[in-house]
Amino acid sequence: MSEKMTLNFSWAVNYGIKEEMHRDPDVCLFGEEVATIGGAFGQNRGLLDEFGPERVQDTPISEATIVAMAIGAAIEGLRPICEIMFMNFLTLCADEIYNQAAKMRWMFGGQFQVPMVIKTVTAGGWGAGAHHSSSLEAWFAHTPGLKVVMPATPYDGKGLIKSAIRDDNPVLFIEPLASYRIKEEIPTEEYLVPIGKAVVKKEGNDITILSVGRMLQRAQQAVDTLAQNGINAELIDLLTVNPLDMETIYQSVKKTRRLIIIHEAQKICGIGAEIAADVSENLHEYLSAPVKRIGSHFAHMGTNQPAMDEAYLPQSNDVVKAAKDMLNYK
Amino acid sequence: MTISNEIKLELYKKMVLVRSFESEISRAFAAGELKGFYHTCLGEEALCAGTGVPLRKDDRIFTTHRCHGQTLVKGLDPRRMMAEIYGRIDGCCRGRGGSIHLADRESGCMGSNGIVGKDIAIAVGAAYAQKYRKSDAVTVAYFGDGACGTGAFHEGLNMAGVMKLPIIFVCHNNLYAQMTSIKWHCPIKNIADRAVGYGMPGQSVDGNDVFRVYESFSRALKRARVGQGPSLIEGKTFRWHGHYEGDPCKYLLEGELEKWMKKDPIKRCEKVLKMEKLLTDEEIHKIAQEAESRIKEAVEFARKSPSPGVDEVFKDILV
Repeated sequence: MSEKMTLNFSWAVNYGIKEEMHRDPDVCLFGEEVATIGGAFGQNRGLLDEFGPERVQDTPISEATIVAMAIGAAIEGLRPICEIMFMNFLTLCADEIYNQAAKMRWMFGGQFQVPMVIKTVTAGGWGAGAHHSSSLEAWFAHTPGLKVVMPATPYDGKGLIKSAIRDDNPVLFIEPLASYRIKEEIPTEEYLVPIGKAVVKKEGNDITILSVGRMLQRAQQAVDTLAQNGINAELIDLLTVNPLDMETIYQSVKKTRRLIIIHEAQKICGIGAEIAADVSENLHEYLSAPVKRIGSHFAHMGTNQPAMDEAYLPQSNDVVKAAKDMLNYK
Repeated sequence: MTISNEIKLELYKKMVLVRSFESEISRAFAAGELKGFYHTCLGEEALCAGTGVPLRKDDRIFTTHRCHGQTLVKGLDPRRMMAEIYGRIDGCCRGRGGSIHLADRESGCMGSNGIVGKDIAIAVGAAYAQKYRKSDAVTVAYFGDGACGTGAFHEGLNMAGVMKLPIIFVCHNNLYAQMTSIKWHCPIKNIADRAVGYGMPGQSVDGNDVFRVYESFSRALKRARVGQGPSLIEGKTFRWHGHYEGDPCKYLLEGELEKWMKKDPIKRCEKVLKMEKLLTDEEIHKIAQEAESRIKEAVEFARKSPSPGVDEVFKDILV
């Protein structure tokens, strides 16, 4: 039996980065506040001391150039991790992600590869306000040439950051700030979580609940509540938003015939919309009820307004109700 | 600074090669053989040669839509460049990039960018890697006066300055950003004056005097190679054919183009080299013919190369 250690999400990712930086001298980390204070949320604590100022570097407030610099370094063969403090700030480097990093390989005839990680945090649920709380993964799911991952647990966080660093493509790695303190027992031995694979967290037969990012905990609650009601749900954590692992989703839906997708991003035009359309198009004859998407309202999050936040966000009860309706659907 | 005779001739030859290549693009466009947008650098050859000749193969350049001259001097084979402009499979980017997205990893041409200013910031990353690897290779970021209003310019120079990166920022100040005169887009006369704000030396030179460009650039190159950090060089120059081939240039001032054509960088260089007895009229003629012959060969190569198959759309999206 392999040895285990208990780590919270933040430390699990930290350990993953540390392992990769030991393993490969070309891995480096830069961004705002990453070095001296160990990250705006303490997520990079210890990395400067362990690897030195040439490998772990603070930058000016220049999101666009932080990402551009990672691109330039990556095409030179380094494996940079550039950090963007809050996911909302990806708007400042959207050109660099979409027009530059994601297109560089194709546009120049396959001459380059861009092995970089853009590490960012979605801070919904922290009361941080409209400019700091958004979940924008759908924007970047719409981007060929880029991979997008959203772990929700310490195990997946560590495994995915390692895979992201080793991937030869640009990878957007999205952490849920509100899940930073979640703890889990994970192996002390090295492991990877593959990009591009959704994972069945709990098997079931009656309905598939597909969760994205930190909604996993709410989805888990819904699964437990449904179990008390005699409904045996299958819970899948999407993990990779781009490219989508439709195979795992198809396999599950062929078995359960019902699919609910839950994500923190707004329901309208969220990644659930793509998955629902795809499943409806390809598994029409398997479905006992229309696919249901549960996401946030098409609105904004306020500052320090927990009640407003919860009115905006999806709840586990929304999933429970939807599941019951779908099981009664004629 | 003394420039060797060898280098003087090399500078001259490179300018002639660029002139010949760009003139052919212009001719082909006017004849309807090339369709699309071609941002030739006719008139700006001195900046291309003066900054390109001193570079090593392992140095890097990043540039813009007006990339033909710089890329040619850095070492992209004119045949593969012409094929790319013609959109053929033997082009350096397999026909996918065309005139504005030239790249050749082999010769250190790390990509010409379609988003104004963005090549500057990516170039900073290449310089970061060079410093990280403790190499004495350097990176050059080329851009125009128009890019100096972008966030990428300011962020890029700031980042390079604070990190003391081995990069040389070269501004082709041709006085127009697309069709907009610099008087509408820049509050100061010399872009180079901004250098002090980013913690680096800046120099404004006559961009049509290839020897002055070479000298200024060589100083900056030396700085970068020994870890003294970045520099900003601004060359004042002018586009002979406007923003793109076919540009009616209605925005130019009366007599402006004629005034600048009198400052032809190649003619000026010829005058000096003849005076110094480094060139005769026969040699000038021979060099021009050699350039034309290379360009002719490039056009033949391009025309013989097949168009890419449509399956090119689906390749190389991810590694």
